[in-house]
Amino acid sequence: MIRYVGRRVALALVVVAGVVILTFVIADVVPGDPAASWAGPHASAAQIARARQYLGLDQPLAVRIGEYFGGIVTGNWGISIHTHRPVLSDIATVAPATIELVIAALIIGVLVGIPLGLAAARWPGSLGDHAIRAGSVLGVSMPVFWLALILQLVFAQRLRLLPVAGQYDPNLVFSHPLVTRTQMPVLDSLISGNWAMLGSTLEHLILPALVVAAYPAGVIARMVRAQVLDTVGEAHVQMVRSLGFPERAVFGTFAMKLAWNPVATVLALVFAYSLVNTFLVESIFDWPGLGSYAAAAVSTLDTPAIVGVTLFVAIIYVACNLLVDLVQAALDPRIRLR
Amino acid sequence: MTALVKKSPLITAGGVIALLVVLVALAAPLLAPYPPDAIHPEMALQPPSLHHLFGTDQVGRDVFSRVIYGARVSPLVALLVLLFACAAGIPLGVLAGYFGGAGDEVIMRVTDIFLAFPSLLLALAFAAVLPPSLTSLTIAITITWWPWYARLVRGQAASVAGRPYVEACRALGIPSWRILLRHVLPNSVTPVIVQVSLDFGGVILTASALSFLGLGAQDPTPDWGLMVAEGENYFTTQWWLVTFPGLAILVTALAFTLLGDGLRDVLDPRRVVLR
Repeated sequence: MIRYVGRRVALALVVVAGVVILTFVIADVVPGDPAASWAGPHASAAQIARARQYLGLDQPLAVRIGEYFGGIVTGNWGISIHTHRPVLSDIATVAPATIELVIAALIIGVLVGIPLGLAAARWPGSLGDHAIRAGSVLGVSMPVFWLALILQLVFAQRLRLLPVAGQYDPNLVFSHPLVTRTQMPVLDSLISGNWAMLGSTLEHLILPALVVAAYPAGVIARMVRAQVLDTVGEAHVQMVRSLGFPERAVFGTFAMKLAWNPVATVLALVFAYSLVNTFLVESIFDWPGLGSYAAAAVSTLDTPAIVGVTLFVAIIYVACNLLVDLVQAALDPRIRLR
Repeated sequence: MTALVKKSPLITAGGVIALLVVLVALAAPLLAPYPPDAIHPEMALQPPSLHHLFGTDQVGRDVFSRVIYGARVSPLVALLVLLFACAAGIPLGVLAGYFGGAGDEVIMRVTDIFLAFPSLLLALAFAAVLPPSLTSLTIAITITWWPWYARLVRGQAASVAGRPYVEACRALGIPSWRILLRHVLPNSVTPVIVQVSLDFGGVILTASALSFLGLGAQDPTPDWGLMVAEGENYFTTQWWLVTFPGLAILVTALAFTLLGDGLRDVLDPRRVVLR
């Protein structure tokens, strides 16, 4: 077991290193001079040269990559050209808001996807099954940025049921100031018992979370349907059925038990996928997270920030994959660890 | 045919819509009532009417005509991406799977790196550092897409390489290139066909998302993702600017995903793929 984990971690590290080198090399062939954009539009040649030296851009590429690797471990991920702050502390500030959004979306995805998948598997070929399958393909084929705009228009602008954008009502800041501990507004207001603020943060979370949830809900419903249909035919489930257990239990308890494993796998992968989807959604909802940060970095050609965000998501993705393998091994003893 | 329609109405619907999209792309000049880039400032931001079915945009271009011509932009990008990705991935996969050894190891570790994280993120990073254009967009997505096919074909080719009929060919002294071309390749590509049809919608979504972020098509190209981005500023009062191009993306991606799903059920019923 320990050897298995060690090998997986080693492979994951190689993968992350490959990602860093790749993004670095591409960032190096960028037309455009980061030192010039750091120094500003009216900088003199001497100021640009000083900026180049300060940013370490006068060094050869191999040296810079080497130094960057040293920096990853010690927490020095370079300095953002756009915000002029260390990239790692920028990411630490913006990532929690995104993680809160993605977790909310995954909760919605599970709560919607699993019952729908089970229902579709219970009555395969029925009208409901077709509708659920169509719905799940719809969720997977949805351009999220468009869904965000449409929901915003309908529920916020026209019906005025939900707030348009932001994380909470700015007027509440004076009467019920938010104590930030985790940078996740819902969690922060919850742990400080700030109920007025909690209501406002939840209200603001609904629309963006629904948009990000479209993909996970679709994928989970498909997965559960396919998996449960697969297991219902197996001997032990037939056995349960012939023993006279109600159909509800046959599907919900016995057939679903084997579906948990792939659902857990998909959840971890979808988590990382949804992190990237927030890149398209956050700026629409004015959500001050990783996505807004990445979008700003892209539009200002802020290469240290782009590399940093890529690295951050790659680490999360690789960690999720590793977690999946370990959880699978724990959930299903039939899987042999090699 | 009627049996198929009855058994899987979703697949049939997907196939019909996908075919329609292709036809619209081919016949765009015949179908569009106006040129897609004809500017009429005096007609700017008109709501949908009989003259302009989907209204007009901020410089008076006909949105309906632009949506029709849009069928030639991101679907074409998707076609090229999948073509290039197959052209790179299939040969590498077949060679790696058939010969094995150090080359196999290198190719598979490289694909590990690419598959280690979401293709949209990698495409975003590439597109962000390349000058924004449809060519850069196609390159960026292709770079992230070929490893999937290399992986898929490699597994298939490796299993075919061990089959008795391939052993027999080798024993008969048939040259390797001939075995690869005549026996290994044809028997390895079925899962790729399924995957390509499933991926078509995914590439359209990725391309539209990158164009929406300003990293792909540039004005005045009538790209659906770009049109959504351009309409965003006027959206609260002029809903048609964003609604129709986005609907075009959704319908096209949906149609090809349904079609791919159907093909998979027919050709390869046990695979579930997540991108």
